[in-house]
Amino acid sequence: MLQAENLECVRGDRRLFSNLNFVLRPGEFLQLTGPNGSGKTSLLRMICGLLAPSRGEIRWEGANIHSLREEYSTVISYLGHRTAIKDELSGLENLRVSSALDGTEIRDTAARDILRTMGLGGRELLPVRLLSEGQKRRVALARLAVCNTRLWLLDEVLSSLDLTAVALVLSLIEDHLGNGGMAVVSTHQEINLSAGSFQRLELAS
Amino acid sequence: MFRWMVRRDLILAWRRRADVLSTVFFFVIVVSLFPLSIGPETQLLRSIAPGVVWVAALLASMLSLGRLFANDYQDGTLEQMLLTPQPLYLIVLAKVLASWLVAGVPLALIAPVLGVQFGLSQDTLLILTVSLMLGTPVLSLIGSIGAALTLGLRGGGVLIAILVLPLYIPVLVFGAGAVDASIIGVSPQANLSLLGAVLAIALVFSPWATSAALRISLE
Repeated sequence: MLQAENLECVRGDRRLFSNLNFVLRPGEFLQLTGPNGSGKTSLLRMICGLLAPSRGEIRWEGANIHSLREEYSTVISYLGHRTAIKDELSGLENLRVSSALDGTEIRDTAARDILRTMGLGGRELLPVRLLSEGQKRRVALARLAVCNTRLWLLDEVLSSLDLTAVALVLSLIEDHLGNGGMAVVSTHQEINLSAGSFQRLELAS
Repeated sequence: MFRWMVRRDLILAWRRRADVLSTVFFFVIVVSLFPLSIGPETQLLRSIAPGVVWVAALLASMLSLGRLFANDYQDGTLEQMLLTPQPLYLIVLAKVLASWLVAGVPLALIAPVLGVQFGLSQDTLLILTVSLMLGTPVLSLIGSIGAALTLGLRGGGVLIAILVLPLYIPVLVFGAGAVDASIIGVSPQANLSLLGAVLAIALVFSPWATSAALRISLE
């Protein structure tokens, strides 16, 4: 269970949000919406532990995430604006390296299968710089199919994806929620999920 | 995981070979400029050789520092590295090892060829290589602290030099000292031992300092 209590975020001399509370239980989905610059990315980075909240705290199973450290890292998968995809590496290499970093090493054949389901069949060995923006994002999203973490934090993942890819990502999220996972997703698109329960958090500007 | 990180960085370095080669060429050219400008005075060349080669190695290794974390920072890989269950200490160590294999080892291997221009004897050339093999990893390790601290700053390149060059001084003194000792016919062992000691200390403490600096830079 993820709990946020009285969160406040100050960037520079601007207060982005304060007194933010929410609770996320297994199988629940939280959509973050709000205008540009309202603190969606900052909130996600706070939940990751990359950014310390200026007030309040975030708890995982009752313990402050900063006291859990590496134990908490085994629970979360974060996918940000910057996709952590290397242009010089192929899709296959990118996927295998990023899953090795996550602590789940996968075999060459397994990685190929996943890339094929992500619609990248035949392009596994091309350097990623030759792929389109949407295809790069598919490579980054392939990581979600490998990891067995419980909390997914996705920042604007649906941008520059076509309809089939959006459907693919949503089905990944539904499977994840169905298995008792949790997801926090910031996006402006309408999301209709058939599994899991849905919450929406609107950040004001 | 450690193996994967080293392998990844080596593949990336191979696919951007121009960057790596420029470091080596810089080293070769700077060292070669001295014999050309001073002329064939064997005695003088021999006495300045240790200093020249070592200072050139220092500057060449500075060149590659900016790249150590900058690319991973820009595309978000570094954030992911901070969020992995793996200790950041090991990730930093893997990255530094890869960067040393790519930027440090070639310098040490090519140095004897350049040393011939200064009329150094065979024994001295061997000591030169050994001292560089011991010293360049320290340069990479200490440099990684500077690279992590200046991450994402404007004009970071100059700042790295100011931060890191003073810390390079012990390496320079012991490294050049070892080669000097071998030229005048004294045992270089004391200097090499000290260099090894500096390496041991840097190996333990600098990845830790670098990890702390990375966490601050990414906040």
